[in-house]
Amino acid sequence: MQIFFEKRKSLSRRALILVPIISFIVALLLGAILLALTGVNPIVTYRAMARGAFGSVYALSETLVVAIPLMLTGLGVAIAFRMRFWNIGAEGQLVFGGIAGAGVALHFSEIIPGYLLLPAVLVAGMIAGAIWAGIPAALKAYLGVDETLTSLMLNYVAILFSSYLYYGAWRDPMGFGFPGTARFVEEAWLPRLFGRAHYGLFFAVIAAVLLWFIFNRTRWGFELKIIGENETAAKYLGIKIASNIVLALLLSGALSGLAGASQVTGIYRRLQTGLAAGYGYTAIIIAWLAQLNPIAVLFVSVLMGALYVGGDQVQMMMGLPSAVGLVLQGLILFPMLAGTLFTEYRLRIIRPQKSQSVESEAAS
Amino acid sequence: MIPFITSIFAVTLRAGTSLVYATVGEIFTENSGILNLGVEGMMMMSAVTGFATAYHSGSVWLGFLVGILVGGLLGALHAFLSVTMRANQVVSGLSITLFGTGLASFLGQRIGPAANNFNLAGLTGPRLTAQPIAGLINIPVLGALFSQDFLTYAAYIFVPLAWYYLYKTRNGLNLRAVGENPITSSAMGIDVVKTRYIYTIVGGMLVGLGGAHLSLSYTPGWTENLTGGRGWIVIALVIFAMWNPARAVLGAILFGGINAIQFRLQAIGTTIPSSFLNMLPYLMTVIVLVVMTIWESFKKRIGAPAALAVPYMREDK
Amino acid sequence: MNDQTQKIILEMRGITKRFPGVVANENVDLHLHEGEVLALLGENGAGKSTLMNILVGLYRQDEGEILVRGKPVQIDSPRDSSDLGIGMVHQNFMLIPTMTVAENIILGMADLPFVPDIQKITKRIKALSEQYHLKVEPEAKIWQLSVGEQQRVEILKLIYRGAEILILDEPTAVLTPQEAHELQEVLKIMAAEEKSAIFITHKMDEVMEFSNRVMVLSNGKLTATRMTSETSPKELARLMVGRDVLFRLEKEDATPGEIVLELENVKVKDDRGLPALRNVSLTICSGEILGIAGVAGNGQDQLAEVITGLRNPHSGKVYISCKDVTNKSPLGMIRSGVSHIPADRMGMGTVGSMQVSENLVMKGYRNEPISSGGVIRPKKILEFANRMIESFRIATPSPKTRVKFLSGGNIQKTILAREIDACNSLMVAVYPSRGLDVGATEAVRNMLLEQRKLGMGVLLISEDLDELTSIADRIAVMFDGKIMGVINSADADIEMLGLMMSGTRLEDLQDEASSVDIKD
Repeated sequence: MQIFFEKRKSLSRRALILVPIISFIVALLLGAILLALTGVNPIVTYRAMARGAFGSVYALSETLVVAIPLMLTGLGVAIAFRMRFWNIGAEGQLVFGGIAGAGVALHFSEIIPGYLLLPAVLVAGMIAGAIWAGIPAALKAYLGVDETLTSLMLNYVAILFSSYLYYGAWRDPMGFGFPGTARFVEEAWLPRLFGRAHYGLFFAVIAAVLLWFIFNRTRWGFELKIIGENETAAKYLGIKIASNIVLALLLSGALSGLAGASQVTGIYRRLQTGLAAGYGYTAIIIAWLAQLNPIAVLFVSVLMGALYVGGDQVQMMMGLPSAVGLVLQGLILFPMLAGTLFTEYRLRIIRPQKSQSVESEAAS
Repeated sequence: MIPFITSIFAVTLRAGTSLVYATVGEIFTENSGILNLGVEGMMMMSAVTGFATAYHSGSVWLGFLVGILVGGLLGALHAFLSVTMRANQVVSGLSITLFGTGLASFLGQRIGPAANNFNLAGLTGPRLTAQPIAGLINIPVLGALFSQDFLTYAAYIFVPLAWYYLYKTRNGLNLRAVGENPITSSAMGIDVVKTRYIYTIVGGMLVGLGGAHLSLSYTPGWTENLTGGRGWIVIALVIFAMWNPARAVLGAILFGGINAIQFRLQAIGTTIPSSFLNMLPYLMTVIVLVVMTIWESFKKRIGAPAALAVPYMREDK
Repeated sequence: MNDQTQKIILEMRGITKRFPGVVANENVDLHLHEGEVLALLGENGAGKSTLMNILVGLYRQDEGEILVRGKPVQIDSPRDSSDLGIGMVHQNFMLIPTMTVAENIILGMADLPFVPDIQKITKRIKALSEQYHLKVEPEAKIWQLSVGEQQRVEILKLIYRGAEILILDEPTAVLTPQEAHELQEVLKIMAAEEKSAIFITHKMDEVMEFSNRVMVLSNGKLTATRMTSETSPKELARLMVGRDVLFRLEKEDATPGEIVLELENVKVKDDRGLPALRNVSLTICSGEILGIAGVAGNGQDQLAEVITGLRNPHSGKVYISCKDVTNKSPLGMIRSGVSHIPADRMGMGTVGSMQVSENLVMKGYRNEPISSGGVIRPKKILEFANRMIESFRIATPSPKTRVKFLSGGNIQKTILAREIDACNSLMVAVYPSRGLDVGATEAVRNMLLEQRKLGMGVLLISEDLDELTSIADRIAVMFDGKIMGVINSADADIEMLGLMMSGTRLEDLQDEASSVDIKD
């Protein structure tokens, strides 16, 4: 008896919608089982998480604090993934953006007039992030070097570079020996909306709309889509492949760099530990869960932020490990990963006669 | 001077042991064409479960066994998602890392003894102790080789065996063929799916062994973020080793050594920033990748298994 | 050895194999003697490859039986086939470049010990290599070898693993004349060692020089079997094409205008660095269709690529409407008004995961009214798409349906609609009706004729001689990267075309009206 997967004749609309929903439910169930196994009441836990993430204005602001960098990096990663370019370097691009932003804020505050300082900081962050993504992009586009591994390695270079800076060269001389740079001048602070949630939110929303527009309404976006879907056809249609990949990745890196710069100016107001919080990796998951749709990225980021913050809340209120949120994040993924198979393929079981259908697939 | 170098070498070997096992495991997995980015999560999970088991049972070996099994289980999950479900291998691996690190942190605070508030941190549990070989440890520099624990000694034999398996046996030949060209391998009678499953699971088990070594020998014990990014180092090491177990040793010593050196150097008051030293291995890995790929384009293929991370579909086309 | 009294080692009786929409083999009988070299001659689609794929276990026959050494056998997989001593050297070698010759030879062998004794294996390979004149270094890595050497490895692989019946698919396609000669020697030795060979080919000189006997297949049926020494290329050519009369369509006379395309002494290499076009020159005028006949793989793909900018010649010139476009990119060619209907519909001609409407504008999106200043107007796309869908009668549930769900014929219509709309001087159509049903085929041909009427120049590359004689004004035949001759389609006959397609030059045909073994 043969069991195998057969390509569907048409995209299953049903599957596309059901799979994310079912995955989320399955994740909640699995999480509940896990909690129960360690002696915790799942319902109480989930309720506490929800309250911790959305239950008050403060909670909401904290959720947004986490969601904002996720949104920006998620959008950046989504661009890259559309091109089938596996950019795992969002973490490093974010950090490098933070470094550049901090660099301008700390060293150019005398030179640049006050009202231009914050814009300069943010632009510096974007440029830095763009460069950090441009390196693996150029290596892939022009030399064919695998982008997964190069972008991954550059994450560590960026993180280590930043710790060198705030432990060493840029350390605050009046910081009582704690690692971290001096506080930025106020002109370099990114204003906050409520709680600690800062203007980065606007950047994220604007970026999402912009990206939507690019992909759905511009020639460039059309070309990028074609390159990602079928490179051979793109070449046949006269579309330049290498330069477009690099350009798209520069944009991708710029968004992550902006995330880093806004973290550094909106939350910490200095360069210190905590900037590399793994958001760059979560962004990959988010982009994938959102099926690379810019608007969906915004919502999924809020969901993920809620899981992080809810987890922290649960730790404070119930003495549970804050990692509950992380666990749930991970749990959503497995059913989704398994489930996406069903949007393209159908399960077929063939009884023990010699099957003709396998051959006709091979022949055509 | 000599004692200084010897002590650095000794620490390097200790640090490198878990890296070596995990790297060889990932080498096997990648040689079958599967990219596993879940190493960090696997190491965390096997470290925490291994330590918890050892603590509660009193047996170090039981702890290692559990660590290995947990690694294998997560490997099986990755294989299932990547091979059978044809999911995106990058996302699948990252999911395992995310999930694994989260769950490990969670467990670390929930499966400890009641006396310690169910936390595993800060406890002293059974551990693998050093078993110095008298006489040999007095050799200058090389003496460091003989002041290690059992698993490190085992590594001296394991790595050459792994190399031999990969390059001199029929199984190793079949494995490498699958990673290079699954279609040709299948036409020559090799079961590609089975091969990928087996080596992803075995790879996971070895990664698990490496992870358990951290909590049961190197550190020892459990803290938050015990692995500290070693899982990512392993992935870099695989490239650096050019998918060859013999070179993995070199890489493990290099990466492990740099780690060891930085503390010692600070102790004797040098001014080389430790972060830069730490950066070197990653930069070197990028360079290795670039050089290899350029060589590849001149048809001198010494690179990654050609079919790495490309899903294999027999019924397609 | 050509002794017909040698025992029969292989028999295929009444083999029929059907695929959706086509009968690949119909009641084919084949037999092979020990020590014999049998040629399978036929055009593409004649059924030769299918028949051999059945023999090596890649397909299973719907009807008929196979007997090896007199005993009926069931071949369900490649393993079964190799257990019976049958092996095939495919056109695309099944070799792993980073591994050595020896490793490739022993890969996947059932009785290989856990630790293979490389010394012993190397020695055995060297011995066989000597015996069969197949010179290779067992320690060499495959990527270091030339294509001809790689073929030797493939043959050695089969012999090492005990094959008694070897099947070779278009063996000299990738060889230099010198290497082809060496292969001939190898086949002779194999025959002397009582190994048997079947080789698939469309080249007449190969048949005449290498084989003892030849079987001609046409449209899935066995047309004839002849002893090689008792037949001639002329007879074989006629048998190969399969009938006497060519189909012709009523069409208006051509009124060719100015020269739209000119190729001057173009030389092009393929991906492996082998010459694909050897000194090709031709012209096409506006308002005419030039057909390119020939078995696939003789340079037609590269010809299309040179004209559409996907490949650049290393010598020679290309002119579109008298402008030098020799090294232009695909975009440059598109801007020069060249349209391209590629052979690979799904892999190149469309983006399957995108909508029909999107695919329709993939050439026109850079211009008004579809886009303006970088911004695309979805409404205009939809208008354009609906117009195209209607005038080209593309059957699709909606303009937003993804192209991959359409039938082959409708995918082709989508491509045609787009390319016709974008065409300004020359249209290059490569195997445009391949795999299409009767209705779709007719539609395609009518569209090409329409373009001709509108004054476009059309280059039609096709394997279907009926298609060529009915639509094209002139026909050029390609063989081995060269143009064997160009004739008016009204003057073309089967024999002539068949001979040119298998390697005879037009001049040679015209010189000697009654000569037998004409070589090129």
